[in-house]
Amino acid sequence: MGHPVHLIIDGQPHDLTVDPRTTLLDALRDHLGNMSPKKGCDHGQCGACTVLVDGRRLNSCLLLAVSLDGAEVLTSDGLAPDGEPSVLHTAFLEQDAFQCGYCTPGQICSATGVLREAADGHPSVVTEDHGHDHPIELTEDEIRERMSGNLCRCGAYVNIVAAVRQAAGASTASEGTAR
Amino acid sequence: MSDLLRASAIGTGRVRLDGPDKVRGLAPYAYEHPVEHPLHLFPLCSTIALGRVTAIDATAALALDGVVHVITHENALRLADTEDGELAILQDDRIGFRGQYLGAVLAETPEAARQAADLVEVTAEGAPHDAVFRPDHPAVREPEGGGDDIDTGDFEAAIAAAEIVVDQRYSTPLEHNNPMEPHTTIARWDGEQLTLWTSTQGVHPARQTLAPMLGIDPEQLRIISPHVGGGFGSKGLPHADMMLTALAAHAVPGRAVKHAVTRQHMFALTGYRPATSQRFRIGARADGTITAFGLEAVSSSSHTKEFPEVAIKPSRQMYAGEHRRITQRVLPLDVAVPSWMRAPGEAPGMVGLEIMMDELAEACGLDPIELRVRNEPEHDPDTGKPFNRRRLIDCLHEGATRFGWADRDPRPRARREGGWLIGTGVASATYPASRQPGSKARIRHEAGVYEVGIGAADLGTGTWTALTQVSADALEVDPDRIALRIGDTALPNATVAGSSTGLASWSAAVLAAADAFRREHGTAPADGVEAIGEAAENPAEKQFAMHSYGAQFAQVRVQEETGEIRLDRMLGVFSVGRIINPRTARSQLLGGMTMGVGMALHEKGELDPRFGHVVNHDLAEYHVPVNADIRSLEAHWLDEEDPQAGPLGARGIGEIGTVGAAAAIANAVHHATGVRARDLPVFGSDLLAR
Repeated sequence: MGHPVHLIIDGQPHDLTVDPRTTLLDALRDHLGNMSPKKGCDHGQCGACTVLVDGRRLNSCLLLAVSLDGAEVLTSDGLAPDGEPSVLHTAFLEQDAFQCGYCTPGQICSATGVLREAADGHPSVVTEDHGHDHPIELTEDEIRERMSGNLCRCGAYVNIVAAVRQAAGASTASEGTAR
Repeated sequence: MSDLLRASAIGTGRVRLDGPDKVRGLAPYAYEHPVEHPLHLFPLCSTIALGRVTAIDATAALALDGVVHVITHENALRLADTEDGELAILQDDRIGFRGQYLGAVLAETPEAARQAADLVEVTAEGAPHDAVFRPDHPAVREPEGGGDDIDTGDFEAAIAAAEIVVDQRYSTPLEHNNPMEPHTTIARWDGEQLTLWTSTQGVHPARQTLAPMLGIDPEQLRIISPHVGGGFGSKGLPHADMMLTALAAHAVPGRAVKHAVTRQHMFALTGYRPATSQRFRIGARADGTITAFGLEAVSSSSHTKEFPEVAIKPSRQMYAGEHRRITQRVLPLDVAVPSWMRAPGEAPGMVGLEIMMDELAEACGLDPIELRVRNEPEHDPDTGKPFNRRRLIDCLHEGATRFGWADRDPRPRARREGGWLIGTGVASATYPASRQPGSKARIRHEAGVYEVGIGAADLGTGTWTALTQVSADALEVDPDRIALRIGDTALPNATVAGSSTGLASWSAAVLAAADAFRREHGTAPADGVEAIGEAAENPAEKQFAMHSYGAQFAQVRVQEETGEIRLDRMLGVFSVGRIINPRTARSQLLGGMTMGVGMALHEKGELDPRFGHVVNHDLAEYHVPVNADIRSLEAHWLDEEDPQAGPLGARGIGEIGTVGAAAAIANAVHHATGVRARDLPVFGSDLLAR
């Protein structure tokens, strides 16, 4: 029942043969040994498996690998090319935004998506000004709302909010410098 | 009382040493250890609550491509000891609860294993079952270990003479630990040697339980668990999933078998907090002094294996009251096996006790903090021993100042803001401060680096970091010169990461080893020398009633029309002895409080009486707090050391953050609305149309 699929995972091309029932999460973990995304529920309810697919944050347990031919997938490990931690990695460490660490790669992929979505002006349910063309400030309320798809049973939420704020401040600052 | 260890690395907020790997997802959890060509396991589970298996037909499953084996009670390894009803699986045809393991399929891929499990035809004969908990059930009885009842003075006369009486029943529901990492095991038999890569709060305790059952020597069983993705008690004792994987692997010698329990199966197979009912009968003088203290607590349990949730635990020592009658009972049912969940006993016990105290304060017209001051016992009412350093009142006062309690209008339903009713509440927290003897640590020196080995666990508790700090100060070297190794039975014995005893107990072993090392090898040791030390009992535990205390404050708002409850802010102050790492300690306390928010407002396993199982068995329907549920949350601690806790001066902090949190929120809900919620969790619907 093998089906060929071509995926670019953390910058590396891979050709695999998968069962049509194989999720992207299982393809990563069981076929490629990429254990960065975690399996917490396998039903899209916890967010531990969150990865970036062509730049969008998605639950990899809800995606079938065969449907993603040619997709570029980034895991939290891939966000640290050559082992260089991203702004979010550093912020999570400094703010102690995790305890057991099992939900953390998913939180970080999700937060990467949040930073991009806010910069692109995508509103959330708590956004008061629904203008589409300008970046949305990541207030604590915005972060809490946008990060609520990623459960953390250790209860690191206040530190996760602090970490995302720290990273948002850092990326705004670096964009300012770049301009 | 011992001399305190001089703090140098201790007390500093070092970033987690395992952090850089964990944020990238590189730290290996149980499923993630590389093994060659593993087989994947999918279990067969009972769909009835009571009865026996009459036939299992695996023909169609075995015919499926990639299926290697189907294990059932008919072909599984016979265990050497079947005393433990939870772990003695696949030994006979009996069914004791819905969801019980009846077998498993082993296949080359997870997809094939799961499909094949559906193809196995299990025929079972059902018997009438009893799965519904109620405290007046005729089968309610003393726990197997004894009721440990308290009956001092003349309770009935005292309550008859009391000026104020509070007589109320409180309840807590089934609650499920739900660590984010599902319980997972890889098992492989190499000849007579079994290796388990698993997720456990104690590799050595798990080995002590499993090896005799499997009929092997402890040395033939190696358990490896360097990183644990949360546990909150559910990974404290080995559960049936670990045994199932070991039994299944026995059928395929030399091949690794992987089994990650599905989130749904976790609700039946990996432990949960049983339901409690707590009837308090409290008599007091008009000034609030408690004279009669009565508590009848009942916990649900399982016929398959007994585990009572001892809700009377905190009431034994929290408050004064000369005439006392306290009993703990249990009701075994045809349901899944309950087990430890964060602060067993204290977490639910302080729900009833601390809501009751709020009611008593109201009945006496007293501030709830003042009521607690007036009922502060001089010595432990249970044992008569002096307390070690009981600073409950300091915590309450410090918290009151930080929270802004003084301005509070005590009248319920007095504060409204734009359609929201706002209220504040307080509750005490407590947890025993004990240390377990028997852990051993080995210190070995090589080229200026001290390798410290002990089979301890880090389930998010910060052990990798904090125990490194302790080791550095024990050896009086920089933490960079410590190489800690934990989570492996190949290392010296360690007691379980449970009952908030982990760090204190393991540190006692490390301190003893450091002592021995310096005594034997001096401060300029040769390469390759080593020393071993063992944790002794803490002699202070014989003389003192050893507990930690805290105070929890909460502010909620309740939407007047819909009953929607929002937690505005929460603040806890804890007296827990010396803090080893303030960065990780704060996280642990905040995390405990967050779990308390779940207890108060979200978490409830809904049991279907027709089938005896929890129907909301996933994370979409069993709600735990999400990011948007938690707004302002602060954890503080008193700046102190507790020499009676040993040279470390520290008491455990893993559980106390959860204790009292739910009651503080329930009391705030009452203050906001005037509605007294005595059955947790409190839902908005409880506050409407009364």
